[in-house]
Amino acid sequence: MPTPPESTEAPAGAGARARHAWARLHGLGPVVGLVVLCIAGFALNHDFATLDNAMNVLTRTAFIGIIAVGMCFVIVSGGIDLSVGSMAALIAGGVILLMNSLGKHHVPPTLAVVAGAGFAVLLGALFGLAHGLLITRGRIEPFIVTLGTLGIFRATLTWLSDGGAITLDNDLADAYAPVYYASLLGVPVPVWVFLLVAVVGAAILNRTAFGRYVQAVGSNEQVARYAAVDVDFTKLITYVLLGACVGVATLLYVPRLGSASPTTGLLWELEAIASVIVGGTALKGGSGSVVGTVIGAILLSVISNILNLTSIISVYLNAAVQGGVIIVVAFMQRRRR
Amino acid sequence: MTSVAVSFDEVVKAFGPVRVLHGVSFDLAPGRVVGLLGENGAGKSTLMKILSGYEAPTSGHVVIDGTPARFDGPRAAEARGIVMIHQEFALAEDLTIAQNVFLGHELQRGWWLDDRAMRAETARVLKLVGLDASPDTPVRDLIVAEKQLVEIAKALQRAARVLVMDEPTATLTPGETERLFALIAQLKADGVTVVYISHKLDEIERITDDVVVMRDGRFVARESTSALTRRQMANLMVGRELSDLYPDKDPAPRAAPLLRVRGLTVPGWARDVDFDVAPGEILGFAGLVGAGRTEMFEGLLGLRPHGVDVLELDGRPLRIRNPRDAARQGLTYLSEDRKGKGLHVHFGLAQNLTLMALKRYAAPWLDPAAERAALKAAVDEFGLRTGSLDIPASSLSGGNQQKLALAKVLHPDPRVVVLDEPTRGVDVGAKRDIYFLIQRLARAGKGVVVISSELVELIGICHRIVVMRAGVRQATLSADQLTEEALIAHATGIH
Repeated sequence: MPTPPESTEAPAGAGARARHAWARLHGLGPVVGLVVLCIAGFALNHDFATLDNAMNVLTRTAFIGIIAVGMCFVIVSGGIDLSVGSMAALIAGGVILLMNSLGKHHVPPTLAVVAGAGFAVLLGALFGLAHGLLITRGRIEPFIVTLGTLGIFRATLTWLSDGGAITLDNDLADAYAPVYYASLLGVPVPVWVFLLVAVVGAAILNRTAFGRYVQAVGSNEQVARYAAVDVDFTKLITYVLLGACVGVATLLYVPRLGSASPTTGLLWELEAIASVIVGGTALKGGSGSVVGTVIGAILLSVISNILNLTSIISVYLNAAVQGGVIIVVAFMQRRRR
Repeated sequence: MTSVAVSFDEVVKAFGPVRVLHGVSFDLAPGRVVGLLGENGAGKSTLMKILSGYEAPTSGHVVIDGTPARFDGPRAAEARGIVMIHQEFALAEDLTIAQNVFLGHELQRGWWLDDRAMRAETARVLKLVGLDASPDTPVRDLIVAEKQLVEIAKALQRAARVLVMDEPTATLTPGETERLFALIAQLKADGVTVVYISHKLDEIERITDDVVVMRDGRFVARESTSALTRRQMANLMVGRELSDLYPDKDPAPRAAPLLRVRGLTVPGWARDVDFDVAPGEILGFAGLVGAGRTEMFEGLLGLRPHGVDVLELDGRPLRIRNPRDAARQGLTYLSEDRKGKGLHVHFGLAQNLTLMALKRYAAPWLDPAAERAALKAAVDEFGLRTGSLDIPASSLSGGNQQKLALAKVLHPDPRVVVLDEPTRGVDVGAKRDIYFLIQRLARAGKGVVVISSELVELIGICHRIVVMRAGVRQATLSADQLTEEALIAHATGIH
């Protein structure tokens, strides 16, 4: 076949490169936002820049951040999960009940903690599997499925706790505490786990066939199906991954308070979705970034941290400031497509 | 009614640093049918979008009746009587035909919509275009050809004085095309200027008074249609002597069938269809729009419910529940719907190319360098013209998108490949490339199935042609029986 000689060189000059640089700069938006915010935080209160405060912020971010990494997969594939906060609450309740009952049967506390942690991840993955099956086999919109389970999960926890709290027995709480409170090389355990989940998540999304399929399904499901991608299986796995992430986040969260109540994990779903969006992922799916999501999660908790440390704006307006940031970010990104 | 005189004065259009129009100037004689010719990427569509207000020129003017006009949107152009019918439909699928025809121009009585008047007026224009459907039919329920007719009806309702049609017959049956041509003649008699963009030179020859040729964003020539032969038109478009469009046919292979299909039924679309494809054979599927060819192969791929008595590849039975099963066993399919089913337009070129064979690049981590090398190889092999390798597929011109889509379905190295309308919306040069590619595939021993609405191209490249009508195989014609008349006779059932 005749190939024209100018085929690959022609207009690829400075213009294309400039556009490329611009696209990359756009991708850096959340990073720039975070840096600006940190400088502002330091200017307002010098305590902001201490290592202690940084670790404090990151530890608090870890729960939402880990869930947001899973949420990133679901959103990139074109789905949504509204139930993660309720799911976390129910997993927390389930884990505590299991551990308490193991404790009563004289299982060593350490073993009970390990069993509880494994149970948290397993339960999360199973909930995710149920979502995935209802969505793919049942052909129900993800919004509707997870709106339904949002109610089911939290109501079940409320019923199990009889409206009050399910509390971890003392000896178990002591054995479990290091999972939240201990540090390794000066960095708290939840932050290490957050980092691990983020690195693994980014690698899966960007560098595996599965990750490519997730993007393909979210970008255009029909094209993916015609291109021999197993669309249903791909979607199913994103929900299982998210469920497992919720399990991991919950197992880190339980030792913090040692109890689960009807208010556990309240509105986590919105914070997780907001982190994904602030991180530059399109809500309609197709493309997204795990690294952006992590930065988005950190950015949102830095906002509340700064409000806590300074008195310019009332802490009560935290959600309002975060909401404003979400809208500003969306505004800046609207030209990208 | 008055005619509107349109001329272009040094129109330049640039998207960022890329110039697609380099100062185009010419006049459109009022009340004539003008064929606008050019390869994909020549700038025809962009120029017409500027004329009809969808794009603003970077510099230069559209001059209407002697005064430069600047439209800030299609409505402003419509107010001057300029209406464009798009290649890709701009219809709201969930609304009815009447609601679409009046979208943005609703008739009102006081505060309320005047549905009765809108329905009556819609019925009138539907009759003009010859679409036998109720104005209350949701557009979603129409097939592609009917949607095209609704687009035309919509333009008629706007009382266009200048009507731009971009490939209006790409999806129409011969009967519908005839009706459209009669309509164009009627419009012309009423003093409407019609700009007709098409790659089908026989249509251009038949219905236009003048042709304007564009190439690489520049005006090349304007001639009276009767002064040019089709070959001269093609040469003007391409800018060089075009050698033969079709490759010389190889003799029909005599080997045992590679793919054997017996009793393929896709409920509602195809009944009990049998066919064989030999290695090295190019088997055509002809038929009218709606004959069930596309749907039958979508069924075979597991995309629709289907049943089949015998399905064998190389003598071994195949079980296909979805396109994944098919691809794994050596059968891939190029969809006729490039944007809806063929390519991820927002994805990069390499990501599109490797999607169907991604496992080859994952061990388990994807190897971007290998993907890029594969893209470079495909650019050479398929004659893909692209400025950069790092652009989304949407930045390619139609013909190059089609080459990428072809490269994609061939990337898993299938034994049998089904190509549905492989040259739809593609210019002459790219068409020729694709025909030669199809021949190379056959020479490499693959079984090639080509579905096409262009009988000439089927006759030009196929060894045998299966003709379908209303879901039933009417005939299988071998090389010595291939004439347009025979194909049409079988396809329409007058044989």
